[in-house]
Amino acid sequence: MTNAETMKRILKYIRRYWVYLLLSLVLAAFTVFGTLYLPILTGSAVDQMIGAKMVDFDMLFSLLRTMGSVILLTAAAQWCMSLCNNRMTYLVVRDIRKDAFDKIQILPLKYLDNHPTGEVVSKIIADVDQFADGLLMGFTQLFSGVLTILGTLYFMLTVNVVVALVVIVITPVSLFVASFIARKTYSMFKAQSETRGEQTALIDEMIGNQKVVQVFSKQDDVAERFAEINDRLENCSLRATFFSSITNPSTRFVNSLVYAGVGISGALAVISGYMSVGQLSAFLSYANQYTKPFNEISGVVTELQNAIACAARIFALIEETPQIPDDSDAVNMHYENGDVELCDVKFSYTEEQKLIEDFNLHVKPGERVAIVGPTGCGKTTIINLLMRFYDVNEGSIRVMGEDIRHVTRNSLRSSYGMVLQETWLKSGTIMENICMAKPDATREEVIEAAKASHVHSFIKRLPNGYDTVIGEDGGSLSQGQKQLLCISRVMLALPPMLILDEATSSIDTRTELKIQNAFAKLMKGKTTFIVAHRLSTIKEADVILVMKDGNIIEQGDHKTLLEKGGFYAELYRLAK
Amino acid sequence: MKSLLKYLKEYKKESILAPLFKMLEATFELMVPLVIGGMINVGIARMDRSYILTMGFVLVVLGLTGLICSITAQYYAAKAATGCASKLRYAMFTHIQALSYEKLDTVGTSTLITRMTSDINQVQSGVNMFLRLFLRSPFIVIGAVVMAFYVDVKAALVFAVAIPILSLVVFAIVFANIPLYKKVQDKLDKVTLSTRENLNGVRVIRAFCREKDETAQFHDKNQTLTKIQLVAGRVSALLNPLTYVIINLALMALLYKGAFRVDVDGIKQGDVVSLVNYMSQILVELVKLANLIVTLTKAMACASRIENIMEIEEGMGGSASVKKEEKSEALEDTKSADGYIVFDNAAFAYCGSSENALDCMNFSVQKGQTIGIIGGTGSGKSTLVQLIPRLYDVTEGHIYVDGKDVRDYEPDELRKRVGFVPQKAALFKGTIRDNICFGKEDASKEAVDEAIRIAQAEEFIDKKEDGLDTMVEQGGRNLSGGQRQRLTIARALVRRPDILILDDSCSALDYATDAALRKGIAELSYKPTVFIVSQRTVSIQEADQIIVLDDGAIVGIGRHEELLDNCEVYREIYDSQYKGEVNGND
Repeated sequence: MTNAETMKRILKYIRRYWVYLLLSLVLAAFTVFGTLYLPILTGSAVDQMIGAKMVDFDMLFSLLRTMGSVILLTAAAQWCMSLCNNRMTYLVVRDIRKDAFDKIQILPLKYLDNHPTGEVVSKIIADVDQFADGLLMGFTQLFSGVLTILGTLYFMLTVNVVVALVVIVITPVSLFVASFIARKTYSMFKAQSETRGEQTALIDEMIGNQKVVQVFSKQDDVAERFAEINDRLENCSLRATFFSSITNPSTRFVNSLVYAGVGISGALAVISGYMSVGQLSAFLSYANQYTKPFNEISGVVTELQNAIACAARIFALIEETPQIPDDSDAVNMHYENGDVELCDVKFSYTEEQKLIEDFNLHVKPGERVAIVGPTGCGKTTIINLLMRFYDVNEGSIRVMGEDIRHVTRNSLRSSYGMVLQETWLKSGTIMENICMAKPDATREEVIEAAKASHVHSFIKRLPNGYDTVIGEDGGSLSQGQKQLLCISRVMLALPPMLILDEATSSIDTRTELKIQNAFAKLMKGKTTFIVAHRLSTIKEADVILVMKDGNIIEQGDHKTLLEKGGFYAELYRLAK
Repeated sequence: MKSLLKYLKEYKKESILAPLFKMLEATFELMVPLVIGGMINVGIARMDRSYILTMGFVLVVLGLTGLICSITAQYYAAKAATGCASKLRYAMFTHIQALSYEKLDTVGTSTLITRMTSDINQVQSGVNMFLRLFLRSPFIVIGAVVMAFYVDVKAALVFAVAIPILSLVVFAIVFANIPLYKKVQDKLDKVTLSTRENLNGVRVIRAFCREKDETAQFHDKNQTLTKIQLVAGRVSALLNPLTYVIINLALMALLYKGAFRVDVDGIKQGDVVSLVNYMSQILVELVKLANLIVTLTKAMACASRIENIMEIEEGMGGSASVKKEEKSEALEDTKSADGYIVFDNAAFAYCGSSENALDCMNFSVQKGQTIGIIGGTGSGKSTLVQLIPRLYDVTEGHIYVDGKDVRDYEPDELRKRVGFVPQKAALFKGTIRDNICFGKEDASKEAVDEAIRIAQAEEFIDKKEDGLDTMVEQGGRNLSGGQRQRLTIARALVRRPDILILDDSCSALDYATDAALRKGIAELSYKPTVFIVSQRTVSIQEADQIIVLDDGAIVGIGRHEELLDNCEVYREIYDSQYKGEVNGND
């Protein structure tokens, strides 16, 4: 995305609030004018005070009255401008975040699986914030900065050309100084952030595994490594901090040169009768104001670049190709028993690495299918395909004879009850978490489901029972407890088909046995897919698929597979 | 703040010199309006060109000395800030190194990492700004007032009225804003949480077709954030216009008063110009001061969070921390203790929990025995073995190792004798060799080879192109779960420990590998005492003693056959794994 394209998209967001933008620009112009006009008025007022008994009070009072209105109007304009800017900024930020979040809901899982959560979160939170600060605030600052410079130039030139020239010639020096220092310190900041990164990585690794460090009594060695990086960081940091902090004093020094220049040339001009003392005082305050926008603008430019880079990252997310939408004539599935058929399915996550090739399977209604095999053999992939988290590359998956690509995603997915090995709970009450699959469930139904998944007695012991609020990702609950809660969701929803991906892996075998009973009741007459490594779970299945490297190498029920004496028999023998 | 000051003290010279030089610079700055006043009053009034040039030169000199002073100040401030932050970081890191498991549990890893990185960085810039500005800004404000009085007492009375009002307004707005910004941060955190949660749970959310509700909830939070941002924005938007109005109204008053003073008492025009200049200097500094306060409040919040970490007691001392009386009592007990490792009525409760995680642990283990520990999720298996190397300290009772209460050992002394394989197979960035030798850098080649062989890691390491020098990525991401587990086992074995503890650390190994591993351990020449925690009965059924835990209590001790006979829990576990029959009505 080029900068121009990014800008175009930014403008699209701002367009909705064009009134605020326009108002803000007009008010900024007004503020600048007022701020610049005031020193002129002050100068004129000073000019009325030539000496004792020579003060023109009538003129002074009329000037003071004008000043009073200018001050009040300028302040009001400034205030309104800030309000407009705030409104525009925060509303645009809100809209962008909203669009980004909406986008996440329809992005293909492929994108989300390939982009770490942290990365996406930082786009939606940090990048948007930085964009708002840099671009919107920066833009108005830039605008009023340029206006101030132009306005000052105009006022100065109308008052006295020679003195104005002094200011015009010397001021840019401060820009040069600032950019010179910025360029010189760039490498220092880079070194600082690199060392900082190195240190963070070490902290991350060592503190993250603090318990291992301690159990092997490696604290001293680790501290030594830390100290080495820490010392380097201190040096880098000192250099970067110090050299960058020279900028302000240096520009202030240039500023004082301007001041001295104006003082000398102005005073000489007054003597020669080209200028009044009041005008000199106006010039002096301009000399002060004039360098400020220059310094600001140089800062704003880098911030603007940064902001555009942030915006580009966010827009890249927002404009990512979404999943293929449901067909307009997509079927809304309603059925009791699933007849699932996979025909010549070919699928791989990346083109280079083939995974599933010519996969064929016909599951009759009510059958129980178990999938076994070593890690990475494609067990979970099958589930991704069944739920249509990913689309097949070739071939088709049919449910009740209907290609699932012609079925609405919602009706397809709600016909499956899914429990995954990786449990996920959202922050909220236990009740809300169980109700996920059936938001309109009554309290009795929820309790019934919890009892079925043997989690009721544990919930009862929590401080607020079903209304206990749990933190992010289940907070202090154990992995097993979390898995039980996930199971109760499915127990509540009672879907027509089931997918259980290592659903009981974190639950001890005794509790598991009890849950199996509940599952058995649930599975009765329902098409079920089970991924498990515990053979006890698998033995009962109607069909066992033994997978290896994306292929089904064996297929059949427990007995036939044992008799066959292949891979499955070997697995079973080892387990015994 | 306390620990921060402690480290700042080491930079006493810098911390004093930085603000002093800043003040010096400010003094030169304060002289500028006087010089300009002189130019007008003397130079212009007497048409004295050379006086004007001299004064102009004085301005340049003032600027130059200001520059030198200011750069010196910046240097000292940067040195004190970075130095202090660096010392603080190191102190904090070593402090965390010394924290007990219990404390680590309560604080949490991600919190510790944030404290060590972003919080300390904030403190560093806070200290830097503080040293530079905390004296300068008030000094200029007061200085400007003093100078104004020096120029003309009566006209300067305007200052005496305007400055307090101005300060009041500036600080009122800044302080009103601090809680508002905290609220903004709070709401932003909620939006972040919502986003992260949605991403992590994407499969579940889509499986249950909850996209719409999730979106609605997000929009709610997003809208609340926007609202509070607008409120906070409205308050801070007042700062500039209000200060502008006050300072310029004061300026008008100054002109009015000045005019009378000129007219009646004949003070000079240049004096009025000087007064006007002082007024604008004050405005600039007050705004700077307001910004400084905002930065400082943030830094203070960070500093107090850091302080909270630094205040955590290490939680576990060496033998010195155990009271004398207890010690002698312990010694007496030792005589009665019979066995290599003895649990004597040991109980343990996690910090902040009212219930004991382990209760009444009584058993003794002979040297060289193999002990199996089994039980359901949350029954306390891991907790039990973590008590042996003092990763946690018992809350009641005693544990003796080699006839001595574990609390009489220095933790490191005890841990050096233990090879511990944790549940989570954590590896470090470095070579495979680095990882294996993590606990014993001087391990001989034989020891390393033996450890690898027994941990069943030989085969996969040999397959690697670089063998032992293969790089392991952070967290061992480039290895499979089983490979990681084998390396962590080798890491423990390389120390040839007296006590080997496997805390459910073979879960990713297949049955054959698991069996080969146990056989290898049984044949070790140095005959360690072995603790195996497992969910699988097959992994422990050959142990000399099996301890069956249920809800933090021992419900059975004995050999496999005995337990099958007399321990119901054990039999249930065994049945659940061996019969494997799901009986509909059971």
